[in-house]
Amino acid sequence: MCEVCGCAGGTDHFHVIPAETMTDPGCAGTPPLAPPARGGARAVAREGMSIDVNQALLVANDHVAAHNRAHFDAAGVFVVNLMSSPGSGKTRLLEETIKALGDVLSFGVIEGDLETENDARRIRAAGAPAVQITTGNACHLNAEMVHAALHELDLASIDVLFIENVGNLVCPACFDLGQHRNVVLLAVTEGDDKPEKYPVMFRKADLVLLTKLDLLDAVGDFDPAAARRHVVDLGNDTPVFEVSARSGAGLAAWSAWLASAVGARRHVAASSRMHGHAHEHIPHG
Amino acid sequence: MHELAVCESILQQVLVVAAAHSGSEISRIKLRIGPLSGVEPALVKRAFPVVASGTACENAELCIDDIVVTVFCRACGLTSETPPNRLVCAGCGTWRVTLMSGDEMRLESFDLLESNKMELEDV
Repeated sequence: MCEVCGCAGGTDHFHVIPAETMTDPGCAGTPPLAPPARGGARAVAREGMSIDVNQALLVANDHVAAHNRAHFDAAGVFVVNLMSSPGSGKTRLLEETIKALGDVLSFGVIEGDLETENDARRIRAAGAPAVQITTGNACHLNAEMVHAALHELDLASIDVLFIENVGNLVCPACFDLGQHRNVVLLAVTEGDDKPEKYPVMFRKADLVLLTKLDLLDAVGDFDPAAARRHVVDLGNDTPVFEVSARSGAGLAAWSAWLASAVGARRHVAASSRMHGHAHEHIPHG
Repeated sequence: MHELAVCESILQQVLVVAAAHSGSEISRIKLRIGPLSGVEPALVKRAFPVVASGTACENAELCIDDIVVTVFCRACGLTSETPPNRLVCAGCGTWRVTLMSGDEMRLESFDLLESNKMELEDV
C-alpha cells in the first residue's frame, strides 16, 4: 500500500495532484510534478533565455492517468473508456451488458455527466456498483476526476470497469484516464460519416460499436459498410460491431470481445505481479 | 472547450520550470500542436491570455507552428502528406500506414526575460 496516499498502487509512485484539490481524504499530501532538469536552458540574443521543456502538453493529466492505470493493474481490472455523442446509447448498452454477463463477470461503472445521478441509478438498478461524476460545465472527464472516483469502488471485486465519459466526440479524446481500451459508440441515427467528421476520436478507438441497429430500417440512409470504411480510412482497422441493446442483436460479439480482453488483462496482471510491477513515471528532478 | 484545460496545463508547466531559473517574465512559449491532437491552436491562443492573466506569462506570445499530417506506408514505403480525416497512402491508397506527424501536443520551449545575467550564465 502507498504510504502517502493510502492507495493500493504500490509504494514506488509519486503524486502529482495538489492535496487541496483531492476529494479523497485518504489521498492527501501529493507533491506537484517536479520540473525537468535545469540543463535545458540556452541563451538567446536579446530575447533573454530560451528554455527547452519538450513535455506533453497534458503531462500532469498523463501522470495521474498512469497512476490510475497502476491501481487498475494491481487489482487486475480491465478498464474501458466508453465515448460517443450524447444519446448514442452508452448507458443502455451498459445496462444490457451487466444484465447479460453479470453471472460470469463483475462490473463497475464510473459515470460522467454534466449534471444528475440518473445514469448511476440506472446502472445500480441493473446490478452493478456505480460512481457518478458530475462535471458541471466541463466537457470531458480527466484523470484526476477518475482517480477520486476509483477510490469509491472496491476494485478487487471488479473484473471490468467502464468509464462512461461525457457525451462528446471532441474533448474526451484528448484526456488519458488510465483506461486499457477506448470503445467508441456510433448510433445509426447519427450518420455514417461521423468517423470522417471526428477523426481524432475514431482514430483512437480500439473498438467501434454501431448502436441502435434495431432502428436501421427506420433511419434508411445509414450504411454500416460506409461507417466501417470511414474508420479504416483513418488508418484504423479496429473491429466494428453492429449491436442493438434493445433487441440483443450483436451483443454476443461484444460480450466475446469483453471476455477475451478480460482474460488478456488477467494474464498481464499475473505476469506483472511475478516481475514486481511498477508503473511508468514521468521523469522528474 | 477543453482548450481552457490545456492552457491551464501549459501555464502550470511553464511556471514550474521557470521557477527553477531566474527570470521575471515569459515572453514567448513554443508549442507543437498537430491537426490530429484534438486541440485547436486558434482556441489555445484565444484562451491562454485569460488563463495567464496576472502571472509571469500574461504577456507571453504563443508560437504554434503549422504541422502537416504525414504517414509512412507499410506496404509501398512511401511517406506522404494526407488530410487529417483520410490517413491513407497517397501512392498506393492503402490504409496500412503509420502516422509520422500530425498528433503532436507538446510544450517545446519558452523564452524567459533575463533578470540576473550572471546567474543565468551559470546554468
